[in-house]
Amino acid sequence: MDLNFTAAEQAFRAEVRQFIDGKLPSDIRDKVLGGQRLQKDDYYRWHVILNDRGWIAPNWPQQYGGTGWSPVQQHIFDEECADAGAPLLSVFSLRMVAPVIMAFGNEAQKAHFLPRILSGEDWWCQGYSEPGAGSDLASLKTRAERKGDHYVVNGQKTWTTLGHHASWIFCLVRTAVDVRNQEGISFLLIDMNTPGVSVRPIIMLDGEHEVNEVWFDNVEVPVQNRIGEENKGWTYAKFLLGHERTGIAGVGRSKRELKRLKEIAARQPGSDGRRLIDDARFRDRVAQVEIDLMALEITNLRVIAAEMEQRAPGPEASLLKIRGSEIQQTLSELLMQALGHDALPYQHDAMDAGYDGEIVGPGYGVPLSGHYFNLRKTTIYGGSNEIQKNIISKMILGF
Amino acid sequence: MDFTFSDEQRQLREMLERYVRKDYGFEKRREILRSTDGWSREVWRQFADMGLLAIGLPEAQGGLGGDGFDTLLVMEALGSGLVLEPYLSTVVLGAGLLARHGSDAQQSALLPAVIAGDSLLALAHHEPGQRYQLDGVTTQADAQGEGHVLNGRKSVVLHGGAADHLLVSAQTPQGVSLFIVDAQAPGVSRKAYPTQDGQRAAEIRFTQVRLSTDALIGAAGAGLEMVELALDHGIAALCAEAVGAMAAAIEATVSYLKTRKQFGVPIGSFQALQHRAVDMYLHAEQARSMAYLAAAKLTADRAERRQAISAAKVLVSQSARFVGQQAVQLHGGIGVTDELAVSHLFKRLTMIGLLFGDAEHHLGLFGDALVA
Repeated sequence: MDLNFTAAEQAFRAEVRQFIDGKLPSDIRDKVLGGQRLQKDDYYRWHVILNDRGWIAPNWPQQYGGTGWSPVQQHIFDEECADAGAPLLSVFSLRMVAPVIMAFGNEAQKAHFLPRILSGEDWWCQGYSEPGAGSDLASLKTRAERKGDHYVVNGQKTWTTLGHHASWIFCLVRTAVDVRNQEGISFLLIDMNTPGVSVRPIIMLDGEHEVNEVWFDNVEVPVQNRIGEENKGWTYAKFLLGHERTGIAGVGRSKRELKRLKEIAARQPGSDGRRLIDDARFRDRVAQVEIDLMALEITNLRVIAAEMEQRAPGPEASLLKIRGSEIQQTLSELLMQALGHDALPYQHDAMDAGYDGEIVGPGYGVPLSGHYFNLRKTTIYGGSNEIQKNIISKMILGF
Repeated sequence: MDFTFSDEQRQLREMLERYVRKDYGFEKRREILRSTDGWSREVWRQFADMGLLAIGLPEAQGGLGGDGFDTLLVMEALGSGLVLEPYLSTVVLGAGLLARHGSDAQQSALLPAVIAGDSLLALAHHEPGQRYQLDGVTTQADAQGEGHVLNGRKSVVLHGGAADHLLVSAQTPQGVSLFIVDAQAPGVSRKAYPTQDGQRAAEIRFTQVRLSTDALIGAAGAGLEMVELALDHGIAALCAEAVGAMAAAIEATVSYLKTRKQFGVPIGSFQALQHRAVDMYLHAEQARSMAYLAAAKLTADRAERRQAISAAKVLVSQSARFVGQQAVQLHGGIGVTDELAVSHLFKRLTMIGLLFGDAEHHLGLFGDALVA
């Protein structure tokens, strides 16, 4: 047993840190660390910088242009990116659809799609949830009917994160209706520019446009854009859901937010003219979330170590998802509470970089209430925490 | 980074798990619990034969060496079997302290006998009315001739009634110092009693107890540092013990939920109860991570070690409380009887939560260090 990183891993961390220090544009870093609004171009610029270095796909094998890094290296890279204030690049392209294409796509699909993901030319979004198919995803109704060498797709997807930036969507669609729900689903890759695809914004509780509805009205999709076999899409979808393990806990980002919480609590006034961090009642809560995060970090490393031994992905990802999301929410709540009355104003325009109007309260406080509201999603998306508990209940406890 | 145990460590764990399962079953434990001493010399002899009493102790004294993870494996297994014998007090706290700070002569005089199973130790530091503060020592050691004379009172000394030697903290002109005291020496009076979990402790009075020059451990005035480090080792060991006890509580509870029928179905088919069991599992896994952290940081510098130990004690105490309470709750009526292991696990987990500082105490220490 040894909880320390090896000398080689520490050297790797230093190399990553030095690269990010030198290459991450300061305007992007300031936006991320300041919690300001990011534009598509911010993500794209960082994407291109990483791609030029050959580091855009930490989780891909080298044969497809990935880094071939070990799970520990990927973890270190994620941590350093988060700590430095690098934007979190879309998981849908690099970490979700790409592994499915590699595992189940044909050679033509791999040759076409994977390089375009690496270069940033294609931006993917996810077409899973529907208005009537949330936790019970297999009950999805978007229909794809085979007509010769193409499918005709009709239906509606929802909660499509950053779909308004995307050029492609990977979709679960129903290709058979007279079978068990899971057995009639196929996995289609759809060009968002195809006639009949329309994207409508959903404004969230923080006033932000992050997710969308995507409608399909007689959209023609070539059969060659189907992944694997017809009616086997559920298998591929499950593979995808179990694939992303190490990043799911969000340890790096939460460590950064904790640091920010401590900084803000040291600057905000508490009672009796002292700093907020000197108030034992508030400090206990900071201490508690730090301790919870320490435990999550070790648990995450335990899972990574298991991955290093190539043990099959297990249900422990559910544990990381539950605790990781709860801790993110707690941190965002404490950040908001740290502001006191200054948390109350809703200053939507002031969240854009370059805003030079008046603001109420300290500048660092502007985005914090919005983040608190925004992060309520974390215990809902990706399989709600209650669904994750069902998974642990079944897979680990054997109920 | 390596989260695997060595082959030797795995063998140790398997041997202990087998022992606890086969030779330390619930009925056997109940017999021991009801005996006059509350622990078994026969079991202690077996521990000596298995080499358990040598773990973590110097090879020069017949010990097996080893690090915090060897102790973790032992404590986890002892926790899962609710072992009553004085391992924590004698091996982890007492012998561990002597191995770190005792002179060669002191070690030679005491450690081989501990390792052989012939001698028991206890750390006598806590005093009445001191809650969890470490620096409130009022017991006094006054210089007299070549040695000292000891007066004062120690409270809730774990297995203090059975110990052959006591490691006692006392005020000296240089500050708090530590002394080895023969438990049979004139002027030592002990009143032993059971603790809430069925283990044993004692109130000890020292009246004009004469100590020779070789009784002083380490430097005069360095007592608090030594006690602090010993208790940090104790906390790391307790965290591991709690992990073992929580695993046993969860296993018993899940198994009960699958067999107990109400409304014509196993109650484990109800989602409310499944999710409660999942919450227990989540707590236990996080506690395991913190037990690893505590074991790993015992050799770190003081500030880092203390933060890790306090963090571990906070999270493990909270987990132990949740898992213990919910194990009883999910067992229903049978859970609040003396008849099943679950109530005994609950009581031990409760005691672990309180021992050497509860979650709130260590949360305060951890938080204070954030602004120090």
